[in-house]
Amino acid sequence: MGHGFSTLLCKEVLRFWKVASQTVAAPVLTALLYLLIFSHVLEGHVKIHGVAYTSFLIPGLVMMSVLQNAFANSSSSLIQSKVTGNIVFVLLPPISYLEFFSAYVLAAVVRGVVVGTGVLLATCWFAPLHFAAPLWILAFALMGGAILGSLGVIAGIWAEKFDQLAAFQNFLIMPLTFLSGVFYSINSLPPFWQQVSHWNPVFYMIDGFRHGFFGVSDASPWHSFAVVAACFALLTAFTLHLLKRGYKLRA
Amino acid sequence: MSVAIRIQQVSKSFGAVQALDRVDLEIEPGEFFGLLGPNGAGKTTLISALAGLVRADHGTLRVMGHDVQSDYRAARRQLGVVPQELVFDPFFTVRESLKIQSGYFGISNNDAWIDEILENLGLTPKANANMRMLSGGMKRRVLVAQALVHRPPVIVLDEPTAGVDVELRQTLWAFIRRLNEAGHTIVLTTHYLEEAESLCSRIAMLQSGRVVALDTTANLLRRFSSHTLRLRSRGEMPVDLVLGAAQSGGWWSLPFDRYEEVELLLARIREAGCGIEDLEIGKPDLEEVFVRVMQGESKGGGG
Repeated sequence: MGHGFSTLLCKEVLRFWKVASQTVAAPVLTALLYLLIFSHVLEGHVKIHGVAYTSFLIPGLVMMSVLQNAFANSSSSLIQSKVTGNIVFVLLPPISYLEFFSAYVLAAVVRGVVVGTGVLLATCWFAPLHFAAPLWILAFALMGGAILGSLGVIAGIWAEKFDQLAAFQNFLIMPLTFLSGVFYSINSLPPFWQQVSHWNPVFYMIDGFRHGFFGVSDASPWHSFAVVAACFALLTAFTLHLLKRGYKLRA
Repeated sequence: MSVAIRIQQVSKSFGAVQALDRVDLEIEPGEFFGLLGPNGAGKTTLISALAGLVRADHGTLRVMGHDVQSDYRAARRQLGVVPQELVFDPFFTVRESLKIQSGYFGISNNDAWIDEILENLGLTPKANANMRMLSGGMKRRVLVAQALVHRPPVIVLDEPTAGVDVELRQTLWAFIRRLNEAGHTIVLTTHYLEEAESLCSRIAMLQSGRVVALDTTANLLRRFSSHTLRLRSRGEMPVDLVLGAAQSGGWWSLPFDRYEEVELLLARIREAGCGIEDLEIGKPDLEEVFVRVMQGESKGGGG
């Protein structure tokens, strides 16, 4: 990885940092609102894995924020550059497709982790949290961010207009993240929906991430990590293939 | 590495539209080369193929000996492209944009050269202004600056003066001329033919994706354009002169090659008893060449 990669990474981080009120503060506030509303309604009624509902909810919200913001970062950066035309600034230099991919995905992970940390700091006052296995927390946050960052690259390259990107986000990313066990344990679902949830990769990201906090989870963290790592490998290969072919970027 | 740009049998189609049709072109190092043609002739597609923004269906393109596909990193380091569209990144200042662009080309300490480019393009006072705050002309200058951060030996400018005021044109051309004198190869597309005529030593004309003329500017002018004696007469013009002339708005245009012929033409008119009310001499110009080439005509005969 050369200087082109580090410059593109820096530029992508600066891009969201310069508008941090919109890209960091706003999603932290949204997560905080979810926490206030759901914990108000459900605290005292529900315990999951022997954990109070608010404690259970916090890691879910943190991870959801990591994932959604990682996706938002790479996808919105690419679509903006494409629509305004300044994508040529990164297409003209000798940046390899691997550097291109790595820079956008890593910047997406940074945004996800920054927002996730923000959500954690804003919500940890509301319920006791443990950090049973911090390495799992880190591993799932980074891996989840990278997966959604890659999806963001794919969506950003594929979409030609903002409404196409919005469709990708609203009809794929939102259902996948909301129906993944952020707000509930999938053990509470009817057997059919439990089965369906096991086909949702985001479920494994959130379940493994939560295991890092409480040491208990619906699936084994190793199993979850294997699924998540396989997803990342698959998406990386696919995205690199698109970039190498110049799909929609180099006609 | 004797050739700056080598384009061989390059074809490209977008759906049913044949944008480039077996284009062959070689540009020597240090040339100031003009690429002319009407809208949709394929100029921008050719430049995009050279820059790797578009992939040719057939044929090869090389910049300083490097293939733009198989050896794209080396090829792109040799090439600076000023795109036609007025694009900018609204998140950054002028200086930040140039530093970022340098970084993309693997250059980290570029401040001295960036200062020099800013100065030469009259951008120094705007160095710390956000891109959004700049006028169109200023944004155009930044685009030129961005194409030059990595000191490319080959510089391609795609209609750099479209919609640009006189002052910027002069600043820009003075700077580009200096770069050319310093050994940079310049390729220019423009719709301002007088610019191409005064700047470019060699010109290719494209039409419907094909090269329809390729020669030195001097040869093109000689082949496709001539001097004209333009006059408004009082009385009947001699019949034999009228045959080779064009008339519009009361003016006769009589083509000639050498100035000595003017004397003869005027003598013939005087002998015919015809008076002259007004008279001027027109030089060959590229506009005439362009029109003739596009209409598939050669020199001679009134339009």
